[in-house]
Amino acid sequence: MIEVKDLTRYYGTRCAINNISFQIEKGEVVGFLGPNGAGKSTTMNIISCILPASSGSARINGFDTFDQSLEIRKIIGYLPETPPLYSDMVVKDYLKFAAGVRGIDGKNIPASVDRVIQKCSLKDVGHRIIGRLSKGYQQRVGLAQAMVHDPEILILDEPTIGLDPIQIIEIRKLIQELAEEHTIILSSHILPEITQICKRVIIINEGEIAAIDSLGGLTASLRKSERLSLKIRLPQDSVIEKLQGLEQVISAVKGEENEYLVECALRSNLQDKIAKLALENNWGIVELKPVSMTLEDIFLKLTLEEKEPAA
Amino acid sequence: MKNSWIIAKRDLGSFFNSPIFYVVTTVFLMVYSYIFINILSFFSLQSMQSGQFQQMGMALNINEMVIEPSFQNMAVILLLIIPVVTMRSFAEEKKSKTFRLLLSSPVHLKEIVFGKFMACMIVVFLMIFLSSYSIGFLFMIGEPDLGPVLTGYLGVLLMAGCYVSVGIFASSLTENQIVAAVITFGFSLFMWVIGWGAQTADSGTGQVLQYLSVIEHMDRFLKGMIETSDLAYYISFIIFGLFLCHRTLDSNRWR
Repeated sequence: MIEVKDLTRYYGTRCAINNISFQIEKGEVVGFLGPNGAGKSTTMNIISCILPASSGSARINGFDTFDQSLEIRKIIGYLPETPPLYSDMVVKDYLKFAAGVRGIDGKNIPASVDRVIQKCSLKDVGHRIIGRLSKGYQQRVGLAQAMVHDPEILILDEPTIGLDPIQIIEIRKLIQELAEEHTIILSSHILPEITQICKRVIIINEGEIAAIDSLGGLTASLRKSERLSLKIRLPQDSVIEKLQGLEQVISAVKGEENEYLVECALRSNLQDKIAKLALENNWGIVELKPVSMTLEDIFLKLTLEEKEPAA
Repeated sequence: MKNSWIIAKRDLGSFFNSPIFYVVTTVFLMVYSYIFINILSFFSLQSMQSGQFQQMGMALNINEMVIEPSFQNMAVILLLIIPVVTMRSFAEEKKSKTFRLLLSSPVHLKEIVFGKFMACMIVVFLMIFLSSYSIGFLFMIGEPDLGPVLTGYLGVLLMAGCYVSVGIFASSLTENQIVAAVITFGFSLFMWVIGWGAQTADSGTGQVLQYLSVIEHMDRFLKGMIETSDLAYYISFIIFGLFLCHRTLDSNRWR
């Protein structure tokens, strides 16, 4: 279990994170979301005992990251934004070295290395020099390095950055598999990634937490209105006017081609009335469905709303 | 200790996998051998001339006239070469961001520092070991005294240890290997020549300056003496350098 309380970190006079508090339970998969420079990496560096905090505390399984960091470092695996790869080493030797410094006994090292090679599908490149591998393989070696000691907690800082779409899918799949056995903290500014892998999201913006919630919760709490999309075959000029005439409709706009977006009050259940309207006026209804807010909308809304008072 | 060895082993691997070790060792051996051959031929020239002068033969001593100057020259070459050996230690780790692997591992910072020191010392030891063919050759053709040879090697190694400790400290200061090498070279050279100030300074300051000089403490080792004060000087120099390196790395995390 990870408990972060009032965590603050300054770089010189610049405040990177300010009073961050959150909790992560064992076995959870949590996504850190935020624009570049929001403080995601700093938070992760503090949790993995690389940086000390300026004030506040982070505790993992009851151990403090500052006073008892050695205990924590045994149970975490960390993949920084740039994978810590010695480019002149052979993959297998590198993993053996990582296993060694991560405190695995000499006699158990070959077994651990074989396990991660298997898990990260590195069998074909085991004897190649890391510097000559493709970015995707390097990222996998980085991931293998983080889990070679079978840590309880995996901290992955933007694990899919700079990869091509196929590699992204592969890494994502791998993380999803890992999620079954490990607590995972994952950071990203790529939204679909978080939606696919994480159950809970912590949105950080300008060093402060903008929101912590499950995906569903976030979507629900941020929705002040519902949106319906209506597609018709025979558009008429008066469609928008008639839609706006309905009770509880906030606005109606024309989308692509013959699609209309109707924004209405929460729980107004306007589907019946809109359908009736369509039938009465012979619009030729094709589709009528609720549009759920994507994480991207939430993200933009949160990070932009934050800025408005300041401006 | 076990962790230090793991780190040292990796560093050694990267020394032997890159051309650095081979280039540095070759240059070291070539320069050393050239100087050694010159010292030796000068000695043999004098030996031949000594037949003509009775009293001169008494002064001919292979330890004093060949081995001692060879060690002194070796110390100069090491001063030039060791910065190249140590410059990568932390600078490269920081530049290629691999240092985070070590920092997030259950390893004490002092174990990391000691591991790096050990790796560089092993490289230097190998270089000195390879150069020992010259002394072996002297044993084949003459009868040098073994004692001063052994203490001489101990002295050279301890002095090399001082350079390495300065080098590792310099490497922890920067991400740039060239900057690290220049700082190491400059500081080592300064610690070498610091004793020169003794000639003009008043006697109290002069003595201190003399004592601070790295080369000053070599002389007795070369003569076959192991003095506690010399040992204390070298060992505290090494430990102080490693301590500064440890503090630098630790304070980097706070900035």
